[in-house]
Amino acid sequence: MLFDQEFETLPREALEALQLKRLVATAKRVYARVPFYKKTFDGAGIKPSEIKSLKDLRRLPFTNKIDLRDNYPFGLFAVPMEQVVRIHASSGTTGKPTVVGYTRRDINTWAELMARSLGAAGAHKNDIIHNAYGYGLFTGGLGVHYGAEKLGASVIPISGGNSKRQIVIMQDFGSTVLTCTPSYALSLAETAEEMGVDFKKLKLKVGIFGAEPWSEKMRDDIERKLNIQAIDIYGLSEVIGPGVSIECLEAKRGLHIFEDHFIPEIIDPKSGEVLPYGQKGELVFTTITKEAFPLIRYRTRDISVLYAEACKCGRTHVRMERVSGRSDDMLIIRGVNVFPSQIESVLMNIEGVEPHYLLIVDRQGALDTLEVHVEVNEKVFSDEVKNLQSLGKRIEKDIKDLLGVNAGVKLVGPKTIQRSEGKAQRVIDKRRI
Amino acid sequence: MKVEQISVFLENKPGALTEVTRILGEGGINIRALSLADTKDFGILRLIVNDNEKAKSILIARGFTVRKTEVVAVEVPDRPGGLADILKCLSQSKINVEYLYAFVQQSGANAIIIFRFDETDRAIEVLSKNGVKILEGKKVYAL
Repeated sequence: MLFDQEFETLPREALEALQLKRLVATAKRVYARVPFYKKTFDGAGIKPSEIKSLKDLRRLPFTNKIDLRDNYPFGLFAVPMEQVVRIHASSGTTGKPTVVGYTRRDINTWAELMARSLGAAGAHKNDIIHNAYGYGLFTGGLGVHYGAEKLGASVIPISGGNSKRQIVIMQDFGSTVLTCTPSYALSLAETAEEMGVDFKKLKLKVGIFGAEPWSEKMRDDIERKLNIQAIDIYGLSEVIGPGVSIECLEAKRGLHIFEDHFIPEIIDPKSGEVLPYGQKGELVFTTITKEAFPLIRYRTRDISVLYAEACKCGRTHVRMERVSGRSDDMLIIRGVNVFPSQIESVLMNIEGVEPHYLLIVDRQGALDTLEVHVEVNEKVFSDEVKNLQSLGKRIEKDIKDLLGVNAGVKLVGPKTIQRSEGKAQRVIDKRRI
Repeated sequence: MKVEQISVFLENKPGALTEVTRILGEGGINIRALSLADTKDFGILRLIVNDNEKAKSILIARGFTVRKTEVVAVEVPDRPGGLADILKCLSQSKINVEYLYAFVQQSGANAIIIFRFDETDRAIEVLSKNGVKILEGKKVYAL
């Protein structure tokens, strides 16, 4: 279903004219209001008034995640705090999270885009949307929630966890649309099976899954086990949250990027050069309607491909291929972004512990597991088992507190972990997604 | 009155214990007593040997994490209730035993048990006051 017939099917020419108008306005605003952008624009030798066509976008400087950290927490906001009505955050590359803000209009834009996304997945106002994304600083829960209300559907704000209750509510309330991470969907399938509940007898018809990488194989799995259509959604809090792009139910091939709000580019992650449609590279987004937290050429580190062929659903917006990897070392574990450097900062904060570590990521059943190998040196070694065990527990707790991820610590012998000489292998990802 | 014990961190994997004992054997170190504490993921090997310094340095040179700890070697009468009597005087003084393990050899008619206490000095005081015989390090290493 097209939630916004006019804008979702805007002819390319009109869409591009709109993009240019909005891009110029955004560039002028950030140049005038955000010292960071004035500095980077000046550094690149470009004035917002020199942007004459969409091609000029590539003359603008990139924004990186580290720039967000350097301006922590509110340094990149382009409006005074009195106009900010919501703050969200996601993990940064070290201890500090990445903070984003929204004006009332931004929240409305986001709700519209999520309503479009739900519509693209076939949802309408008669649906009961079972929203099992986490509510909180993470944009997943509230993003879907506002979109579902905007659509006029009935939303169940169940958030994540407590799988048995999820199944009971799905059964009793007659949920028709499920929104959560793809791995949690598979975990719910396992729970239902243990409870003797048959998904074929439930009213669920479609699921909208995102916030972590998945594959066509997982889609087949989910569709079979939950007896639903599984739709891929993409978003990141820096850009707006979920609702940056989504697959349509008609084609289920590529995710339509809402180009009237975001301009996507694909670049070569090494050279920074813009690549033509059809070539694989790193996704870069420029937001052209956001007020509180506009972003110019933000490097997502997500690897994808853009293609412009017309889609049978009627949307004129370009599609991006399902994200196939990262150009940095970020891991997504149960929907949570984890940078190995964050684990390192946890270890460095514990007296005596070596900052050498190895992360083993695996998947048991449907859920990701994270094992952290930490070396036992003379400073932390003890002849008593309980002391070593409490060291392990302490590290696990600090990781949980900082990252919100459950990790298991395994203590290993000294100097058994490869040292960082140039390129140490810090991560072993055994998941077959 | 205290005895030095060395502890070695062992990863829970096949061959870990073999390697430690082989290295000690090649270094001419004689193990007098030992105990292995094991968990799901790791083990702690505790040893009383004839030459602590040498044992420690050769293990460290081979990449092991080693630590010295002070423990107490106590002579326990080799009769029913012998150990219970000793533990009773410790518990009355609210001293905790972290762990203990037995020596293979005897000292005369008595068994020898290695104790790790939470308060080593006070434990020695309490034991001496109660007439329990404590062995000196020198004697233990040479047993």
